[in-house]
Amino acid sequence: MEAVKQGAATVGLKSKTHAILVALKRAPSELSAHQKKITAIDKHVGMSIAGLTADARLLSKFMRTECLNSRYAYDQPLPISRLVNMIGSKSQIPTQRYGRRPFGVGLLLAGYDTAGPHIYQTCPSANYFDCKAMAIGARSQSARTYLEKHLDKFSNCGLEELIKHGLRALRDTLPTETDLNTKNCSMGIVSKDMDFTIYADNDIAQYLQLIEGEERSSRPGRREGAEGMEQDAAGDDQPPAAAPDPQVGGPDVQPMDQ
Amino acid sequence: MEGIMEQPFWANGPKPGSFYDFHAGHSSKTTTVMPVKHTQYPMVTGSSVIGIQFDGGVMIAADKLGSYGSLARYRNCSRILKVNNTTIMGAGGDYADFQFLRDIVEQRVIDEECLDDGFNYTPRSLFSWLTRVLYNRRSRFNPLWNTVLVGGLQDGEPFLGYVDKIGTAYQSPTAASGFGAYIALPMLREAYERNDKMSEDEAKTLLESCLRVLYYRDCRAWNKYDIAIVTHDGSRLEESKTLSTDWSTADMVSGYE
Amino acid sequence: MSSIGTGYDLSASQFSPDGRVFQVEYAQKAVENSGTAIAIRGKDGVVFGVEKLVTSKLYEKGANKRIFNVDRHVGMAVAGLLADARQVVEVARDEASSYRSSYGNPIPLKYLAERVSMYMHAHTLYSMARPFGSSVMIGTYDVDGPQLFLLEPSGISYGYFGCAIGKAQQNGKTEIEKIKMKDMSIRDLVKEVAKIIYLVHDEVKDKTFELELSWVGEQTEGRHELVPPEVFSDAEKYAKEAMEESDGSDDDEL
Repeated sequence: MEAVKQGAATVGLKSKTHAILVALKRAPSELSAHQKKITAIDKHVGMSIAGLTADARLLSKFMRTECLNSRYAYDQPLPISRLVNMIGSKSQIPTQRYGRRPFGVGLLLAGYDTAGPHIYQTCPSANYFDCKAMAIGARSQSARTYLEKHLDKFSNCGLEELIKHGLRALRDTLPTETDLNTKNCSMGIVSKDMDFTIYADNDIAQYLQLIEGEERSSRPGRREGAEGMEQDAAGDDQPPAAAPDPQVGGPDVQPMDQ
Repeated sequence: MEGIMEQPFWANGPKPGSFYDFHAGHSSKTTTVMPVKHTQYPMVTGSSVIGIQFDGGVMIAADKLGSYGSLARYRNCSRILKVNNTTIMGAGGDYADFQFLRDIVEQRVIDEECLDDGFNYTPRSLFSWLTRVLYNRRSRFNPLWNTVLVGGLQDGEPFLGYVDKIGTAYQSPTAASGFGAYIALPMLREAYERNDKMSEDEAKTLLESCLRVLYYRDCRAWNKYDIAIVTHDGSRLEESKTLSTDWSTADMVSGYE
Repeated sequence: MSSIGTGYDLSASQFSPDGRVFQVEYAQKAVENSGTAIAIRGKDGVVFGVEKLVTSKLYEKGANKRIFNVDRHVGMAVAGLLADARQVVEVARDEASSYRSSYGNPIPLKYLAERVSMYMHAHTLYSMARPFGSSVMIGTYDVDGPQLFLLEPSGISYGYFGCAIGKAQQNGKTEIEKIKMKDMSIRDLVKEVAKIIYLVHDEVKDKTFELELSWVGEQTEGRHELVPPEVFSDAEKYAKEAMEESDGSDDDEL
């Protein structure tokens, strides 16, 4: 669960027609490029990640396979709810068995199927949530505060307005001295008529302009410890058998997404 | 490591009626090598299945005879299946293989009902799945000996698909298998080309006349039949009916004695 | 649990000196952390009710349901770790489908309960896995009438006339005991179930919750399904009225 909080923040939200993801990218060093945060799974689904990138890659490979299988066997895109259900079942097993560690990654999935646009959040605890909007990752509480405040506006607003809300929420997770730019921000959009498309670098500039110079919402508090990402009443206290493998974060396994 | 871990915890769990086996997987197994034998011919068979699209729907019909070779062995074998509210299917060929497919499809429909997530089999998804299964089996030289018609409403539009035991699959507004491909299909096509917006009643009369001709001409056909219909109001498998036939001209047939 | 931390609680495959298996008891504690779920067996069916706590308003309505269909004729309501419970649901569905493919009939509940509880019990026997952190109630209605079972993390399964699991299991049980369920139809019971869920809900600790109701019985022709919207709103109305009345009487006493 902590691994998720260390990952850079990402925000997902949806209107009646579109589902979008926006994410903050980090560069592990001056020399490296910013790490990719948003990945396409299929034409109708994409995901963004907070946590261990390597674990996310495993899950994204799994999801791509499942989506491909659905298209091959049934000639139709896999419903998002079923895709998420599969991740849930897959990630539950290592929480219960000895000698495995849970996936150290939280995902936001944005997808569109015949039931409309969807935002799903998945957790290492194998819980998943069907969300109207959600933010995960470092300092994401401030983004969630923004989202909760404007929740009622999302469902009826147009794409541009939705993107603005997404970017503002994401900006709230940043320290005051930094701002969103084309290097550290990327976005994914999906809708009925539009396959999942990723906007990064120069493609995102026009959208960043939309909120440039706007007043930032009140300075977010810095109490990450008290933040309850997984407030599910079912209780997420991991049982001893599921304690994260000490190897994580050790010399061999770099937490990539920092 | 991964290989061991991937084994499901409950694998080799007790079979129905037995107890938990602590030595699961560790017992010494003796394997007997036997010659592999695949299906090379069908046993009890059904003959033609015919189907047609009409204005706002699809119907599929088939008689109820199960032939054992040339023997008219079983006279009440239903070969048509209502899958869900938008989908129906019918099959000719080996009856046991059809029952096998039917059991799988019915279980999958139950699984889907249990999920209750608003997604159901559509004709196209069932058709696609059947095509994969039949082609896969034929590629392993162990085909399911069936020709299957899948019909229904796909996104509100009529859908009719044909797939056979070697995985040949196509969609068409008219389809017929078995002897029906020779006798019924030309009749269906002629009628459909004359009027591709026929009403439900017209389509039903047409299918009945096809079944009648088949009963007269096909020695593996029967006069009792099933018909399933999908419209915007849902799908239904109608009660079995018997064809009215007139054999009075039979006396005049000569030259075959 | 005075022996906590003595080292006998780390593995499910070790007894403590006084003969207990702590992992199993911890699992039962996990169940008590989640919203309450109750089930009552009436004369013509079984009713399930769940208090589903909503922890963030960012979640979509109806997300993470805690009542499941196992087969057409079997319903299951769960409490505890939801991810674990889903695993149990999946196993139950597999068992139901395997029974149908072997015997061509719907699985009898007695048999399903035995199979699933064996599976849960198997997780209390080894050090390689932890027990399930969830309890489940399964119910059906068939030729033998209504049936209801409660399966616990320890692998115990008993038949019940009414049971409650989760946060308010004690309160829930007390409330259920007040009802004469044996003579009641599920039509009436569904209201009582809704009332109990509202009654045991702790407004101070948990703010919002969604009510889930489902039933299986004579009226549903032996199918397990969520109660129809009009029955649901009737039951909810009845529950809220009952709450107001009891609030009113409390005030009088003061």
